[in-house]
Amino acid sequence: MAEIKSVIGTQNKKGQTYTDAWKLLNEAPRTPSFFTGSEVIKEAIRRASCDVMIAYPITPQSEAAALIGELFAEGYVGDYFRGESEFAVMSQCAGAAFGGARVFTTTAGPGTMRAMENFPMWAGARLPIQMIVTCRGINSPLSIQPDTLEIAYLLNTGMLVWHAETAQDFFDWILKGYMVSEEPDVHLPLALCCDGFFVTHTKDVVNLTPADMCLPPYDPYRSPVPCMDMECPPVRMMRDPFVMKSNYISYATHASWQQEIWAAVERSRKHSIHWLNGLIDTENTDADIMIVSSGTAVSQGREAIRMLEDEGVRCGLVKVKTLRPWPEEEIREATKNAKHIFVPEFNVTGWLAKEIRATIPNPHRVHAGPHVCGGMTMPPEIIVSEIKTALGMKTLSLAGRGS
Amino acid sequence: MSDYRVLPGPEHFLPPAAASMGIRLPNPGEAHINGVIVREEDAYEEAARQFLMAKVPTIFPGPLVLWAWNEKAAKKATAIRHLFNTLVECVQPGQKPMLIPMPDYRPKYPKINPEIEINPNHPNLTIWHNKIDCCVFIGVHCHQANLSLKIIRGGTSCYTIAMCAQAGHEDAMLSFRDASVEKIMRLADTIKRLKGTVQPRLASVKNGVSN
Repeated sequence: MAEIKSVIGTQNKKGQTYTDAWKLLNEAPRTPSFFTGSEVIKEAIRRASCDVMIAYPITPQSEAAALIGELFAEGYVGDYFRGESEFAVMSQCAGAAFGGARVFTTTAGPGTMRAMENFPMWAGARLPIQMIVTCRGINSPLSIQPDTLEIAYLLNTGMLVWHAETAQDFFDWILKGYMVSEEPDVHLPLALCCDGFFVTHTKDVVNLTPADMCLPPYDPYRSPVPCMDMECPPVRMMRDPFVMKSNYISYATHASWQQEIWAAVERSRKHSIHWLNGLIDTENTDADIMIVSSGTAVSQGREAIRMLEDEGVRCGLVKVKTLRPWPEEEIREATKNAKHIFVPEFNVTGWLAKEIRATIPNPHRVHAGPHVCGGMTMPPEIIVSEIKTALGMKTLSLAGRGS
Repeated sequence: MSDYRVLPGPEHFLPPAAASMGIRLPNPGEAHINGVIVREEDAYEEAARQFLMAKVPTIFPGPLVLWAWNEKAAKKATAIRHLFNTLVECVQPGQKPMLIPMPDYRPKYPKINPEIEINPNHPNLTIWHNKIDCCVFIGVHCHQANLSLKIIRGGTSCYTIAMCAQAGHEDAMLSFRDASVEKIMRLADTIKRLKGTVQPRLASVKNGVSN
């Protein structure tokens, strides 16, 4: 095989110029565009040099999946098809990634759950697939509305998990996500999550890089594991698998490999900090009261801070960008002055509050809430109310508003 | 920086991955020794000393340099042969340098001949059998190397070195990154320069290594 030469500066068949990813994302001119989140996903994939996209319809990701089908028709995506189910899609994604392709897919809610068996397999096989999760309710009674409960299930799969707040985050992080997950010392799948509808179906001004510039293609020869070898760990499924052995070294190999997956999540920290400019964003970290959140709850928290300022209450904010790797040190540092830490979440279980409680000293400072779920919106007034109640301040009952 | 140090084992029934203990990989131009980031220059000296001190200094070339899958791999293989020849020239009587290729990872389990192959799933077998007390991995797929290095650290007292073509290995006691033909040749030059200045630890070893 001939040695691989750099493709930077050359053109693909659509006339896009392969551009150094750092230059593309940090130095290339940006054009403000008014797009839905789904359209933004399409525009990011247009520039992502994706080889394969596999789709299956489930709200609210269907629109993005369909729009990427148009990209395939236009020749920007190498291959595109619909799987038989979400489980099939994720298995087919694995096959494409094993073959050395840059792979993209989208999912949501019950579809994510249906495909769940594949995610630890992706991580274990070190497949740098990117999956957009447009979060929605997963439980019965049926809901198609935003609810981030499914993220809780992804946190222990060995995948990288990022939580975008806005469509702008989405555009940038899809492209940056490939740069992090394809690093040889990482080489893990990425679940890039957002709160469905709030991000996917609302329009926003998003600054896009030029459409005639794209990421360099995936180089499978930088893979840290042998390609498509069914005999070797981690895959070793075809002959003489570990499960057939009952000895120390078989168990030690499997155990060491599991540790290695989480070691790779740790290694992604350095690259994520580089590309995302830190794992968290902060405001007013000297304040006694901090709001710590991820996804669109961050936006609601920002508005709550503005409303509280009007009432003379100073409040800070931590936006958690990556859930895996978990920004443990950063959150500890950003909340060290806080007497009260509020964690608004779009789910019933409060998984983010649990993570934060397990991270910081004096975890009694964490107020898990407010929570909404099942697709309810989170008016900033309920964050304000939660904070004022905890501080012993008088607050309006919100239940009767508008009646 | 983490207080954890990546030291020769045997460390534990199931040692942790060094990355999960806060050990970070070096940036370009750096290396690490026992998990502490150092200048690459310092790592050449230490790697050469470890080779010259060892009773059975061993080079494990992996499939990425054993198969001529590209021009660079062939050149690296030649450099590795030069490194081994240099080692042979520079050791003292009683030391036994070895070159053990590991052409593929596929387990020949339950039958394995560790004299002619190393299997990353069973690196301790090869190390035990050959009483290897210092080894370098070159041309092994990164995460396969991590798997082996951790098992070696867990079950043997072997000093491990990794010459990684990518970002390096926290689970080795010493790791280079961005390994190239030039870097392999430079390690050989350093061994040659330190010849005769380092005492092998033969006297302190009773029956081979304590692994």
